[in-house]
Amino acid sequence: MNYTPTVGQILQAKGVSRRGFLKYCATTASLLALPPSMIPRIAEAIENARRPSVIWLSFQECTGCTESLTRSSSPTVEGLIFDAISLDYHHTLQAASGDQAEAARHAAMEENDGNYLVLVDGSIPMGNPGFSTIAGISNYDMLMETVAGAAAVVAIGSCAAFGGIPGANPNPTGAVSVKDLVTDKPVINVPGCPPIPMVITGVLAQFLTFGAIPDLDKHGRPLAFFGNTIHDRCYRRPFYEQGKFADTFDDEGAKAGWCLYKLGCKGPTTYNACATVKWNSGTSFPIESGHPCLGCSEPRFWDKGGFYQPLSTGHFGSGAKLAGAAVAGAALGVAAAAAGRRRQAKFTREA
Amino acid sequence: MTSSNEIGVQAKAMHGNVAPILNEVMHAIDRLLDDGIPTTIDLASLPFAPGELDELEAALGTGELSARLDALGTSRIRETAYPGVWWIEHRNVNDEVAGRYLEVTRLPEILSSQDADIMAGRARLQEQFGKASSGRKTT
Repeated sequence: MNYTPTVGQILQAKGVSRRGFLKYCATTASLLALPPSMIPRIAEAIENARRPSVIWLSFQECTGCTESLTRSSSPTVEGLIFDAISLDYHHTLQAASGDQAEAARHAAMEENDGNYLVLVDGSIPMGNPGFSTIAGISNYDMLMETVAGAAAVVAIGSCAAFGGIPGANPNPTGAVSVKDLVTDKPVINVPGCPPIPMVITGVLAQFLTFGAIPDLDKHGRPLAFFGNTIHDRCYRRPFYEQGKFADTFDDEGAKAGWCLYKLGCKGPTTYNACATVKWNSGTSFPIESGHPCLGCSEPRFWDKGGFYQPLSTGHFGSGAKLAGAAVAGAALGVAAAAAGRRRQAKFTREA
Repeated sequence: MTSSNEIGVQAKAMHGNVAPILNEVMHAIDRLLDDGIPTTIDLASLPFAPGELDELEAALGTGELSARLDALGTSRIRETAYPGVWWIEHRNVNDEVAGRYLEVTRLPEILSSQDADIMAGRARLQEQFGKASSGRKTT
């Protein structure tokens, strides 16, 4: 049997001091939205964790999810690959290609049978196997062969999680999600178009830290990152409560940074961490840049009507019923905050 | 244009995070003085409006002590103008902010020398001292 060093041993061998390790644990706790009191438990868990083998499969996708992953700042993708996981197959990032790459995938599957993680980006075409192949293997065959010995599967991006853009009407390739096909393994959905870089690495860090599947919502998304709506955590929320909305992209409301609800913002119905984790190393997120949320982490977001059509038109009957929407939003915010506190309390109890 | 501050259209800092945080800090100081219990506030978990974090940093000001830690990137640990209230910013190896905290404590734990590092240092010292001793014996 192969000897696999623990993450603590790897960091120690690299000359990372205990202070550096504690710093790593503090930022991991922050990433996982856990209270700082959890840092000692995280330190103990990470120190003794063994790097899981990871096989990353890319199907009908645009490589945006991989582009996103490479922009993770904490943990960095380099740190993750070299310290926390063993990325044994990723045909965009790996040096090997063709037969050598496929041999690496099979070797990782055999050596880590029952223990490896499979990460998938892209949907799977069921209309014709020839729509998308890798090394002459259909996406469906490669997925089913690879997940057979996996401990869990992580569907990265809205295409893998929900069918995404390839699955949008009229779905010419018969695209389906990972969860539509994999029914006998735990599947964690990490949607987004693309997902936030830190959320991708955060889900891996969470699995590594606690060695278990995280709490998921009804769409299979980790509650640590998808437990609140964008609206609940949006810094423009007070304007919504005050009934101050931008009506066009260049009116006084837009210039004053008022709520973008009337411009089609899907924040109230979209669960994701954009408003707190943000993008580009925490610089900003779409609403902060003056554009409504598109709702890209929700199922079938591409087919839910116009991006600039207010939710109220479809959800509340007319734009005039925004006051009712505000009341509903406030209630959701309170419920979300309570749910967040319950999650933190649960982790603290388990510590 | 070199920074977002030069963009003409801006959402002003009106989320109102600063006052509640200062209030929380005040209660945390009471907890530290009365019961000796330190508090950490994770600033990354709060939905700050543009400019609001700068407003908070300015409100807390700069105190007597600051330190720089070089471990997996640089960290800045600075006591604010209010003794016992520390502004801590961790950066990764690419100099990107990885975490930002307010710690209300007498001395942040990360500033203390850690046992594992002390033991490793002692071993290095012994090895070095041993070499130096053996060097003296042979000359």
